[in-house]
Amino acid sequence: MSIPKNLKYTRTHEWVRVEGDVAVVGITDHAQHELTDIVYVELPSLGAQVDTTKECAVVESVKSANDVYSPVSGEVVAVNEELDNAPELINDEPYGKGWMLKIRMSDPGELGELLSPDDYSHHIGA
Amino acid sequence: MASIEQLKRTPLYAAHLEWGAKMVPFGGWEMPVAYSSIIDEHTAVRECVGLFDVSHMGEVLLAGPNAETALNHLLTNDVRKIAVGQAQYALMCNEHGGVIDDLIVYRVEPSVYLIVVNASNIEKVFSWMNSQASASAVLENESDKTAMLALQGPNATRLLADSTDISYFHITRKSVFGRKCRVARTGYTGEDGFEILCDAADGVAFWTELLRRGAECGIKPCGLGARDTLRLEMCYPLNGSDMNEDTTPLEAGLGRFVALDKGDFIGRDALLGQKENGIERKLIAFKMAEKSPPPRQHYPIVSDARRIGEVTSGAQSPTLGIGIGMGYVEADAAVIGTKIGIEIRGRKYAATIEKKPLLKRTKTQPVL
Repeated sequence: MSIPKNLKYTRTHEWVRVEGDVAVVGITDHAQHELTDIVYVELPSLGAQVDTTKECAVVESVKSANDVYSPVSGEVVAVNEELDNAPELINDEPYGKGWMLKIRMSDPGELGELLSPDDYSHHIGA
Repeated sequence: MASIEQLKRTPLYAAHLEWGAKMVPFGGWEMPVAYSSIIDEHTAVRECVGLFDVSHMGEVLLAGPNAETALNHLLTNDVRKIAVGQAQYALMCNEHGGVIDDLIVYRVEPSVYLIVVNASNIEKVFSWMNSQASASAVLENESDKTAMLALQGPNATRLLADSTDISYFHITRKSVFGRKCRVARTGYTGEDGFEILCDAADGVAFWTELLRRGAECGIKPCGLGARDTLRLEMCYPLNGSDMNEDTTPLEAGLGRFVALDKGDFIGRDALLGQKENGIERKLIAFKMAEKSPPPRQHYPIVSDARRIGEVTSGAQSPTLGIGIGMGYVEADAAVIGTKIGIEIRGRKYAATIEKKPLLKRTKTQPVL
């Protein structure tokens, strides 16, 4: 199970890559493996305000619909439009081409609450 | 969700793990949902050949001089029409005409019937049959002793070339790869293919050998995920989702498997009444008319801003590339071509009621 060292993680299987004041967000390799084939992705609109307490996106696999929670609060500044026609990118490259959204963080301090790669690894029992 | 008791495992459990299966609970069993990808496995069955472990399903043997009469009383279809070596799809109903299970009856010998039942219903069906028929026939639950594999797809006949003499919906004893088994030309995918019933101890050997022989033509092991999308494209009902003890075969559109004229059977009075008075709801098939999240069980079906029913099975169809499903709607609204809406997360997406099956297969298309 791939858990890149340069990312931060949540208990609900999202990852964050920090690029300045922007957080790039997606779901982990463990998550895509559990879901099997992803067939539909619903992403928020640009400019939407997201926070850590409610879902910001939906990932649907053949077998289930799953809420994605934002690891940080802020404004959505980009969404991965390729997922519209190729939702399976999340299965193929969960950390690369399968990225989901970019958030301009309103409180970078929230990053401190996220899990390190080792913590996430323990969390999923890897 | 899994119950507190241990999930049951088929004789092929270790083989599934070896082949990289993702295991999930299903009807009390721990089964593979997929090995690589549900969509790839689905496509392999449509275009090449796939192999399923269906050993979780149940096998009940009913035998004796009164076997035919006993069985004909339990099932909706006319089992007197089954020739030796032939198979028949039938429903087992309760007194209200509600479906206990749908199953395939194989007349393996003149007075011996092999009945293959759904995995989640084995105990229920066996005990129902016992309570109704044990006075007149001998019943045995062979499920634990039997493994079953389904080899499905246009290339199935290449791998079991010696079985091409078995015609559609027939079964016979064979020696395959030097081992005794029964081979049936039946399936749940809409493709040509075989179902192999063997001793539990031989299951792994058949599995391994078929995958080995099929490697050069691209065989894939296939899980329950693909099994579900394949049957849904054919509009084959799934007991527990599209049918249950509160729905009747007539409501499900399976009237041609109900022989009301054959004489008495359990549920006949209720079904006769329903036929005379008309059904109030009908199981329809639909296809999405626009890109949408996959339709799923319990999503409302609407027409003219009014809820007319509910989805019972739904999925993104790998072959059609759009959402499909089945569901019960008010009988008056069940007209092919009608534009309906499927409500998904509070938003209505356009769909159309379609004729069944949603997919046409040119090769040996089953009559379901």
